[in-house]
Amino acid sequence: MFPKSIFVFLPDLHLILDIFSGKYRRATDIRTIKYAYLGDALYGLAEYGSHFKIFVMKFITVSGPPSSGKTAVLVKVLEELKTQNVHVGVVKFDCLSTNDQEIFHRRGIEAGTGLSGNLCPDHYFVSNVEECIQWGRKKGFDLMVTESAGLCNRCSPHLKGVLAVCVIDNLMGVNTPQKIGPMLKFADIVVITKGDIVSQAEREVFAYRVKQVNPSATIMHVNGITGQGAWQLSQLFQQTGVTESLLGTKLRFSMPAALCSYCLGEIRVGEEYQIGNAKKVKFEQGKRSF
Amino acid sequence: MDLKNISINNLLNQYPFSRKFFEVQEIELPEVDFLLVDYLSEISEEFWEDKGIDPEQILFSLEAFIEADLKQQALSENWIDTVAILGGHNKSGEKEDVSLVFRRGSVTTIVGPTGSGKSRLLADIEWMAQGDSPTGRKVLIDGKEPGQEIRFSLEHKLVAQLSQNMNFVMDVSVREFLEMHAGCRKVKDVNRTIFDIVAEANRLSGEAFDMNTPVTSLSGGQSRALMIADTAFLSSSPIILIDEIENAGIDRKKALQLLVRNEKIVLMATHDPILALMGHQRLVIRNGGIAKILETSPEEQKMIHVLQKLDEQWFNLRHKIRMGERIGTADSPGI
Repeated sequence: MFPKSIFVFLPDLHLILDIFSGKYRRATDIRTIKYAYLGDALYGLAEYGSHFKIFVMKFITVSGPPSSGKTAVLVKVLEELKTQNVHVGVVKFDCLSTNDQEIFHRRGIEAGTGLSGNLCPDHYFVSNVEECIQWGRKKGFDLMVTESAGLCNRCSPHLKGVLAVCVIDNLMGVNTPQKIGPMLKFADIVVITKGDIVSQAEREVFAYRVKQVNPSATIMHVNGITGQGAWQLSQLFQQTGVTESLLGTKLRFSMPAALCSYCLGEIRVGEEYQIGNAKKVKFEQGKRSF
Repeated sequence: MDLKNISINNLLNQYPFSRKFFEVQEIELPEVDFLLVDYLSEISEEFWEDKGIDPEQILFSLEAFIEADLKQQALSENWIDTVAILGGHNKSGEKEDVSLVFRRGSVTTIVGPTGSGKSRLLADIEWMAQGDSPTGRKVLIDGKEPGQEIRFSLEHKLVAQLSQNMNFVMDVSVREFLEMHAGCRKVKDVNRTIFDIVAEANRLSGEAFDMNTPVTSLSGGQSRALMIADTAFLSSSPIILIDEIENAGIDRKKALQLLVRNEKIVLMATHDPILALMGHQRLVIRNGGIAKILETSPEEQKMIHVLQKLDEQWFNLRHKIRMGERIGTADSPGI
C-alpha cells in the first residue's frame, strides 16, 4: 500500500523545502491523501483545491506499570498541548475494561480504546500499533499518544525511532526500578509521579535509583493531580520528530514469550498438561551461570 | 571514552564507580583483561532475553552513566546570592502584587491559617516555578530565570525541603536510606556522616532508634527528626524550606540550630508564635496569596524573650506529662 521508494513530487518542490525547514500545517480538508517518504520520515500530502497542504503526525508511546499515573499525566499533558493548538489524540490499551476514554472525552481530547479481553494487552498493543497510526492520520492528529497497559515487568512496548515514555511512581519501592525491564530500560523519558506524597529525600533517592537503571533517559517529576511538570513534558513531546513509518519498524526489544498450554485455555495444573514454552523453576541456591 | 575498545580491568580502574552500574543491571563482571564488548557478546542470547536488555543498550547506558557521574564530580559548590519571587495570583484569581527578594543569611517566616497556601508557596520555590504552578508565581535565582539544567537536573540541588510529611514510605532501613541519600548527594565520608545523622536525630526526638530500624517503623516524631538531621548534614543546598517544624513534638530550638546556618536562605512556614517572630520578616498568606509582609518590629523582638520563658515552662510541663509524672501537686505545680 505504501510506496517503498523515495520519490518527490516535482510541483511540490517548494513544499519539500518547507518540510526541510520545519514548516508544516494541519490538513483541514482532506480530499486525497498521498503518502511519500522523504529521507526516513513519512509525510502525508493532502490535496486542497489547487494547493497542497501537508500534515505530519507525531507519535509517542507511553507505558508504565498499572496505577503509576499514566492516564493522569497524559490528561494534563494533552490538555496543555490543546491550549497550544495542537490537535491531539490518544489510544488507551487495557484488558478488561477502562473508563479512561470518558476521562479524555470530557476534556475534549479524542480517544480510542483497545480492549484485549483474554489476550495480553501489551502483545495486543504491538499487533495494533500500525492500525492506531492509520486511525490517527485519518483523524488528522498533529500528535498521537498510545497508552499501553504495562502489565508485567518484562513488557517491551517501545519502538525504535518513536519517542518512548515510561511512567512510574515514588511509592513503588526503591528496588522496583531495577525490576522493571525494557519498559524502563529502553525509555527515552521516565516520568515519576506521586512526588507530593513522599519527602524530598525519598524523591531524590528514588530518582537516583532510576538514573542508575537508565542513565541516558531524561527523568521528570510530574504531578498528575496539579499538573505541575506537565508543561515541561509537553515541550518534550513537541520536540520529538515526526514518526518514522511503522513499516519495517522494530520494537526496541522483544516482548516476553509465552505460548504454553495455559495460553490456549488449559486450566489443569500438572506437568502432563503442559506443552510448549514451559520453563521450570530451579530451586537450588547458587550463582547464576551464563 | 571509548567503551568499544576498553578492557574490563581498565574500565574498573579508570571508572571504579561503573561497578555500581553492573551491580544494578545484575551482570557479573570478572576482573579480567578481556575487552568489555567481547565479554558481553559471549553471554548467551537466552540470558539477554530473560533480562530484557542487550549488549548495545548496556554500552549506551554505561556511557551515559559514566558521563553523568563525571559531570557530578565536576560540579562546583552551589553558590547563589538571592532568590526572588514575583507574585502570581491568589485562589480567587486576583493578582498578587508582590516582588520579593531573599538574600543569603535571611530567615523569612510564612504565616497564615491552615489551607491558606503556605505549603504551596514553599512548593513554588522548590519547583522554581516559572508561571507553571497553580499560582502562576515566578522564581528568580540571582535575578535570572533558572535554566532547565538547574531546575530539573538530579545533580544541582539548590533547595533542601522539609515538608509536613511525618512518615517515610520507602521500604529500607535507616542505614540503607541514609547510605543511598548520602550516595546521591556525593558525601565523602559516608559512614561517619550516617553515624552523626542518627545520633543527632536521636537527640531531637524522644525514644532512640538505631540504624537497622526500617524507616517505615519510625514514629512521626522520629521520622521528622531523621529528616531534619538528614537535611542538616547531607544538604549543601543554599536554600532551606521548612514546613511546620513544630509538629510531632520535635525540640524546635535544637532543630533550628541544626538547620539555620549563616549563608543560607531560609523560609519557614509555621503556626508557632516564637518561630514566626524568629525571622527578619514574615509573609502573611491568605486565600492562596501573599497578603501582607511584616518586618519583625523591635517590640516583637523583645517579646521573643518573654515567649521563650513561657515556652520553657510549657516544655517542662510537657516533659513531665510525657514521662508519666503528675502535675498540679504542691511540690510539682508545673507553672
